[in-house]
Amino acid sequence: MNFYGVDLNCRLMLGTAQYPSPAVMAEAVKASGTEVVTVSLRRESGAGRAGQDFWSLIRALGVRVLPNTAGCRSAKEAVTTARMAREVFNTKWIKLEVIGEEDTLQPDVFGLVEAARILAEDGFEVFPYTTEDLVVAERLVEAGCRVLMPWGAPIGSAQGLNNAFGLRALRAHFPEVPLVVDAGIGVPSHAARAMEMGYDAVLINTAIAKAGDPVAMAAAFARAVEAGRLAWEAGPMEPREMASPSTPVIGRADLA
Amino acid sequence: MRIEVNGKPQDIQARTLAEALAELGLTDAVLATAVNGCFVSSTERDEIPLQYGDRVEIVMPMQGG
Repeated sequence: MNFYGVDLNCRLMLGTAQYPSPAVMAEAVKASGTEVVTVSLRRESGAGRAGQDFWSLIRALGVRVLPNTAGCRSAKEAVTTARMAREVFNTKWIKLEVIGEEDTLQPDVFGLVEAARILAEDGFEVFPYTTEDLVVAERLVEAGCRVLMPWGAPIGSAQGLNNAFGLRALRAHFPEVPLVVDAGIGVPSHAARAMEMGYDAVLINTAIAKAGDPVAMAAAFARAVEAGRLAWEAGPMEPREMASPSTPVIGRADLA
Repeated sequence: MRIEVNGKPQDIQARTLAEALAELGLTDAVLATAVNGCFVSSTERDEIPLQYGDRVEIVMPMQGG
């Protein structure tokens, strides 16, 4: 798997929020085998020790970071946040989020395309959090995005892949663009399903962080992603409407 | 001079953004800044004079999804 010229072996990406503790987050990252974690920027009161400690912990894990623009509600906000993130995290990668609706945290795809174009022209390598809409995806690719991150379901909802048809169409339409299902995955079988559909990777946060045992769940997701990818490469059979006997019919004894 | 730092009013002596960060004890922190909604890079902080009522944003690394 290759994102913007960077080869990655692990197809599971992890968010770093909502864990019971920084230590559990670090153990989950290790158990997942991930090479990429998402991070953010926020205001902090006082001398900012929590943020500094968090950043030290992430650097010690030796993983690549993908900063996000979570919470931004306009292209302008997202572009400014991306520029701040590039300076702090010293990376051109940005997970671009422009949120358009409060209840579903659905992307504002118009602001997303606008911000993606500005950032790509400014040298960023943009990972847009988008819907499975083909036309929006086309516009994002035209704007310079070389990776797309469609949602499976609303962020943190654990609903899985709400529009499997749309996600399959997106995969078929962009065979050469790395596609990552981001958001809405709740259990490892959802991740396996995305991988069986030919998705290149999945990004998981809440489903691991909020599990009863996040470290064990991280390991479970790692196996599901690996199994799903192997299944995709093995070529899944086509579903059919009616039964088809697996045991040969010819040669059956006449016992009537 | 009164400015706004991360949404809260604050009286500072500093005349530039770099001086304001020093006054707030953040000289060595890993952070990014914006003034009135516009990104200000670390190399520009010395050159940005602060004015009464400026809205300064100071953000730091944080967990994210």
